[in-house]
Amino acid sequence: MGVLDLNRVNSIVIGAGHNGLVCAAYLAKKGHSVLVLESSDTLGGLAAGREFHPGFKTSVAHSINHFPQKIIKDLALESFGFGAPAEPLPTTGLSLDGSHVVLQKDTLTGVGESDITAYRHISRLLQRFADRLEPFWLKTIPRVGIKNLTDLLTFGQMGLRVRMLGKADMREFMRITTLPVRDLMDENFEHDILKAMLSWDGLVGSKLAPRSPNHAVLAMLYRRVGGQHGSVASLIKALVSAASAAGADIRTSTAVEKVLVKADDKGLIAHGVRLANGEIIEADRIISATDPQTTFLKLVGVANLEIEFTNRIRRLRCEGYVAKLHLALSDLPKFPGLRKPGGRMIIAPNMDAIEFAFDDAKYGECSQQPVMEIIIPSIYDDSLAPLGKHVLSAHVMYAPYQHKGGWDDAKREAFTARAIDTIARYAPGIKEQIIQSELLTPLDLEHEFNVTGGHWHHTEFALDQSLMMRPTYEAAQYSTPIPGLYLCGAGSHPGGDLTGGPGHNAAQEILR
Amino acid sequence: MTTVDPYAGERLKKTHFYPRAAPLNIRDAWVAWNGYKFAECYYDAEYEYFCVRNSCATYDICPMQKYYVEGSDAEAMLNRMVTRDVKKLGLNRVMYTVWCTDEGRVVDDGTIFRLADDKFMLTCGSPCNAWLKMSAFGFSDVTITDMSDEIAALSFQGPTSCAVLKKMGLQGIETAKPFDIRHFPFHGDTLMVSRTGFTGDLGYELWVTPELALDLWDELYAVGADYGIQPFGEEATNMTRLEAGFIMPDLELHEALKTIHLEHDQSPLELNLGWLVDFKKPHFNGRIALLKEKERGTKYTLTKLDIPGNKPAVEAILYKNERCSQDIGYVTSAMWSPAVKANIALAMIRTEFLKGDIWVEVYFQKELRQYRKVVKATIVKKQFWTPPRARATPPLDF
Ligand SMILES: Cc1cc2nc3c(=O)[nH]c(=O)nc-3n(C[C@H](O)[C@H](O)[C@H](O)COP(=O)(O)OP(=O)(O)OC[C@H]3O[C@@H](n4cnc5c(N)ncnc54)[C@H](O)[C@@H]3O)c2cc1C
Repeated sequence: MGVLDLNRVNSIVIGAGHNGLVCAAYLAKKGHSVLVLESSDTLGGLAAGREFHPGFKTSVAHSINHFPQKIIKDLALESFGFGAPAEPLPTTGLSLDGSHVVLQKDTLTGVGESDITAYRHISRLLQRFADRLEPFWLKTIPRVGIKNLTDLLTFGQMGLRVRMLGKADMREFMRITTLPVRDLMDENFEHDILKAMLSWDGLVGSKLAPRSPNHAVLAMLYRRVGGQHGSVASLIKALVSAASAAGADIRTSTAVEKVLVKADDKGLIAHGVRLANGEIIEADRIISATDPQTTFLKLVGVANLEIEFTNRIRRLRCEGYVAKLHLALSDLPKFPGLRKPGGRMIIAPNMDAIEFAFDDAKYGECSQQPVMEIIIPSIYDDSLAPLGKHVLSAHVMYAPYQHKGGWDDAKREAFTARAIDTIARYAPGIKEQIIQSELLTPLDLEHEFNVTGGHWHHTEFALDQSLMMRPTYEAAQYSTPIPGLYLCGAGSHPGGDLTGGPGHNAAQEILR
Repeated sequence: MTTVDPYAGERLKKTHFYPRAAPLNIRDAWVAWNGYKFAECYYDAEYEYFCVRNSCATYDICPMQKYYVEGSDAEAMLNRMVTRDVKKLGLNRVMYTVWCTDEGRVVDDGTIFRLADDKFMLTCGSPCNAWLKMSAFGFSDVTITDMSDEIAALSFQGPTSCAVLKKMGLQGIETAKPFDIRHFPFHGDTLMVSRTGFTGDLGYELWVTPELALDLWDELYAVGADYGIQPFGEEATNMTRLEAGFIMPDLELHEALKTIHLEHDQSPLELNLGWLVDFKKPHFNGRIALLKEKERGTKYTLTKLDIPGNKPAVEAILYKNERCSQDIGYVTSAMWSPAVKANIALAMIRTEFLKGDIWVEVYFQKELRQYRKVVKATIVKKQFWTPPRARATPPLDF
């Protein structure tokens, strides 16, 4: 591999989140000279490893639940140390009286016979739907009105795959995909904790509660494909290695300040970037892995964008509702009724609890009684905490990005205390084990991770912002109204989570 | 006893000149424009037309929308919104321009006044606040203020207009060139005068605070009495602007934001306003679409026609042949022009048919009996009517 001319490359990727890294790796493997520019001093974006207290590490995104096998294979990630865990991790719905509901692979315990039967049925049904949709998460969704054959085929395939479910299933598919998740749960199950924990994957990361219509069921289907995988740290490490091995050059602490756009009598073209330090780097194309509002409103600037397009970017729904809690613990906490606090633990006693928690946030307050997903990643990766000590990581809902009256330390501390009190009800001894705690509000996440609104998916993962409308039409096929400028982050189809989907799809589109 | 008007909110508003204009509207011929009571004509449209062409006349443009666009980013913001290069607009100068949707279809046309380095006034026919606000998003230092009700504006047109203003004491007004702006002290305040208008003739537009509207009217009419001053309405305006070849909303232009059917709006290139589209300046809205359109050619072209006979070809359909078997466009405005002494029309014609014959199917009436004729029109390449006096500086004295 020759030395890169750093002031002129084929492709610049802005942002070394996992999607930027996936895209960079694909392009570099095809022989592009690729330069990845990351503003922070770590790699991985929201999945970056981070020491929040000396010796205690974790990442904001704490679990990988649906990473596509295709990307693992294409980029040979296993050879760089990323692979599936020996045994899929359980999801546990915590109960105050210790009679928890546990879902291990497809085996459900802690609930009655009718729920077990119903679960078997509904799980199969959802899986059939999820399988139908799976190919489209790793495909560009063509724009409406296209005439090109490959694109038409994609639409045809979509219709056909859904149609091939058979009449009964197809009708059911059409019925449930936009259903509030509460209705789906109430139709099928009895146990309150079971309903709440199964709803979780439809809701987490979105501005949604069980009674909200839109895309909760679709989110569940999105999260049912691909595989559960080992540590987030090993994914980022493998992606960095894969990209570097293919020849990509990755620079940290290098913030891009502007995407340079030229207008001549043929039109516009993005031709390079200006760094915060003033340095200019030219490239054939610029691929932004930052969120759409950052990309267009900050890096490109509205002067080079169309007015109605800008307006669609402006009104993207980018307000995060998830806060991140990190605890440095002196010991492994004990949750009565659980042999080991492994896997994902959900605190949500019933669907009303989630709904009421959301109601507070809807009106600009933090939930009085938060609900959350907990993981203790140090159980699986002993490099995250000093020997014998542990890290607890929790996605706490709901904390509005825009707090009524604005966020301040007092509000953050109050919410932290409430979150810890909630956990302590399930793990009574935990308060004494806490060495240090940290809570990142969506506003903190925005500042620290350069993600608008601190949003889990960069912008709401919702029907109105999905498929050929993600983030909005004219930018939904990874290209943008500005030739030479592409998107490859979570704000593009298929959306957020650690899936590499947008990075993969953008690379395919660029290489097409 | 006071009676409450149950329709108070529904009634048309009265412009700042209403107290003087209303008594002169002897036909009580009012229409509505942007919620204002607005004269269609005052006495007789043709009479008013001849006043504009032969003496001088006023046209109440209070209902026209006026916005201040201010701040250090005002120029950049406007430059991204409109098709012409606002950078090239000098201080105290006015520019006519259009602005387009992302698809390059005309939202509206209007004028931009540069009142300072960082202060502009934009005027247009329809409310534009929402579009301006949308266009300003993302620029850090721009404020938009709707001045529509805060400025009284009167268009003052016709060959003797300069003489009247001079006699009113506006010193040096005769040195103002077309599209110049001048300021004059007026009753302890300022009277802004721009050499602009919609008649294709010598003319000015007068801008003053509403409190001074009636003083302005009174002085103008006192001095103007000797110069044949007369108010004119919408109908006469429409005649003069057609002779001048200007486009009119709802005739030539269907505003893009109000258009439902695909391409029932227009692009500036279709409207023959290509000279307003400055591809040399940096990005502006619709640029990408307009570049494409320019490359492939417009579907329609607004064309000036001279039609045989004296029957205005109002709402006529155009055909490729005398048999009328293939239609190729339609007339948007038509009139018998006293100034040109010709039967003129503006028409939207499919560009591909401009090279061939253009046949016009004219319907007309004689004492209630309907007639039809098919005549061959000729394309008028130059302006219908451009009198040297419209541009002469100083203008002719009277
Ligand atoms: C609280 C929280 C918890 C989450 N938990 C999970 C989870 O457990 N499992 C899961 O699958 N998903 C989770 N997610 C979602 C997941 O983290 C994201 O969807 C995913 O990481 C997005 O990846 P990305 O590469 O698209 O963007 P990011 O990871 O956001 O990367 C974008 C990168 O661009 C960089 N950048 C921004 N601006 C500039 C600039 N001007 N110049 C240079 N670089 C710049 C940023 O620093 C960042 O590194 C969570 C999200 C949140 C907010």
